[in-house]
Amino acid sequence: MATYANINGQRPIGRTVEAQPDRVTMRLLVIEDDRDAADYLVKAFREVGHVADAANDGDDGLAMALDGQYDVLIVDRMLPKRDGLALIGALRAKGMETPALILSALGQVDDRVKGLRAGGDDYLPKPYSFSELLARVEVLARRRVGRTEETVLRVGNLELDRLSHQVHRGEGEITLQPREFRLLEYLMQHAGQVVTRTMLLENVWDYHFDPQTNVIDVHISRLRSKIDKGFSQPLLHTIRGAGYMIRDGAR
Amino acid sequence: MTALGKLFRTTTFKLTLVYLTVFALFAAFLLGYFALNTRRLITEQITDTVNAEITGLSEQYRLGGIRRLVVVVDARARRPGSSLYLVTTFAGESLAGNVTSLPPGTLDNSGWTETGYRRLDEVEAGEHPEHHALVRVFQLPGGFRLLVGRDLDERERLYNIVLSAGRWSIAIVIVLGLAGGLFVTRRVLRRVDAMTETTRTIMHGDLGGRLPVAGTGDELDRLAENLNLMLERIEALMRGLKEVSDNIAHDLKTPLTRLRNRAEQALRSGKNETEYRAALENTIEESDGLIRTFNALLMIARAESGQARDNMSEFDAAEIAHDIGELYEPLAEEKGIALKVEADTPTPLRGNRELISQALANLVDNSIKYAASRDAMNGAPPQIVVRALSEGDRILLTVADSGPGIPESDRGRAVERFVRLEQSRSQPGSGLGLSLASAVARLHGGELTLADNQPGLKSIIALPRGGPVQIGG
Repeated sequence: MATYANINGQRPIGRTVEAQPDRVTMRLLVIEDDRDAADYLVKAFREVGHVADAANDGDDGLAMALDGQYDVLIVDRMLPKRDGLALIGALRAKGMETPALILSALGQVDDRVKGLRAGGDDYLPKPYSFSELLARVEVLARRRVGRTEETVLRVGNLELDRLSHQVHRGEGEITLQPREFRLLEYLMQHAGQVVTRTMLLENVWDYHFDPQTNVIDVHISRLRSKIDKGFSQPLLHTIRGAGYMIRDGAR
Repeated sequence: MTALGKLFRTTTFKLTLVYLTVFALFAAFLLGYFALNTRRLITEQITDTVNAEITGLSEQYRLGGIRRLVVVVDARARRPGSSLYLVTTFAGESLAGNVTSLPPGTLDNSGWTETGYRRLDEVEAGEHPEHHALVRVFQLPGGFRLLVGRDLDERERLYNIVLSAGRWSIAIVIVLGLAGGLFVTRRVLRRVDAMTETTRTIMHGDLGGRLPVAGTGDELDRLAENLNLMLERIEALMRGLKEVSDNIAHDLKTPLTRLRNRAEQALRSGKNETEYRAALENTIEESDGLIRTFNALLMIARAESGQARDNMSEFDAAEIAHDIGELYEPLAEEKGIALKVEADTPTPLRGNRELISQALANLVDNSIKYAASRDAMNGAPPQIVVRALSEGDRILLTVADSGPGIPESDRGRAVERFVRLEQSRSQPGSGLGLSLASAVARLHGGELTLADNQPGLKSIIALPRGGPVQIGG
């Protein structure tokens, strides 16, 4: 399609595929009535190595989702024939637990709460950036594996004990402030995955607003100086145009 | 619609008609009942009198025969206002009495009859009309007949008086009622017409118009006052909307133009992929800024329209101060600013936690931007203090910095949407931070004030402890 010719096989934002060696192929279903938007998403997901299908209304979307072959559903909130929230409700009523991310033009906190209450697993207001969407979808897909239940998280020689609240890298103990601990914990839970600034703000600070200045960056650089300083192999990486990732680069 | 037709169609007039009908029916019923009862009562009295007289006269007859009866009847018949008497033989020959011109056969049946008659004295006087009477014919032993009766004219007269009184009063009730109804209706209609007139001019776009208030404090005045309050609110909202659209036009068109220009330039003179990429990345960055501005605007609009009143909960304002302080402390430190939080006592508050956090975050963000820009003239490092404290029934969240502050004359303007005072033009941000904080404060029934920190700026969000007071439910 000519519209996307300028993407030219590249990711829309300056992230490169090589930055994520942990990526596994996901099967995704995009349920979105705006065909241009749906095509764009399908194409963009395929470019980063995932398998993606599109449905253009609520009924088709429900039928395809019920096949159960998908890892994550990306559901537009307002759909013809069947509203996005109703679609998720119908899926959940049938016992389908496929994670669903709601896309919506309604971006306020209470709309978000409504979406999550209806059975959605994440909520992203439009307009979104693809890297934000991709990061969230990957986190949702991974969540099914159940990594969050481990009590000791390890990335390379960095070790975080969720019970004793102790952090070690190699032999040395690292002292972290409570918020820094939660920040690192969240990053390590999603090791190998891109975590965006908004995701950090939502999950570590529980804020859903835009803090205008990139306060998160400063927190990250503080954390980085504590865990990476003096080590030849950095673990905490900045993914340009997207966010951050903790990963053992030596592997 | 004619003026009269309009009058007849009003609620007041219809009510008048309904009341009038009900009242007239009631009056008619009452008077009719009264008239009938009066008539019945008089008839009963006549019957009693006649019966008593017949008993008395037949006693006289029993004691003294026909002769005595004739004497007594003669004597009684002569009294003024007497009853009617007639004593006849079996053949019908009159022996005594004061009645004549009875219809033939009246005397043949014993018992009660209503009949026409003439008095004896009237026959001689000439052409008197017939009277009506209620009479009883009694057969005396020995073939004589006794007739005793009372004139019914009195009864009829009374009955007619009552009836005509009834007719008149109903007529008067209807006429007065209609007149009163029309009068009241016209008065009400005039005021409603005045209101309609004003409403129409308002609908034509003159939002400054207000409904007339007569000052009587009646229900129409109350209605007019409430509508006027509503109009004031609408006018304020419209003014706000106009301001917003003006400002959107002004402040959003600038980055949009910039965005377009850069894209155009890249298209025209881009030499290689790197340049194109840079231009595209720039475009994305600019549009992110635009989206941010739009979101802030939507937020403000929602807060101002009161939609965010849901999601109110109890929380500790001191905790928010600590959280926000903690969120911004590294950023402040990076800029060489000391950020301190002074909120040691729990200050419970009811409100929208997310919005209040955001408002406070905006104030801190604002202070960090400007506190750092101050020349270190006296050598002391710039600092920011965030406080949460209770004062009476209000909770104060304050952010005090040692930056350049805002001149007193500019403080009111700084809270308005999009206003960025001159020194801030170079800083990033939508210029909506203070406006949003102000909108959030107002949503909670509080206010945002800017004060002099000597030196620096002190921003104060004052919120009622119990959350916003709901107006009208």
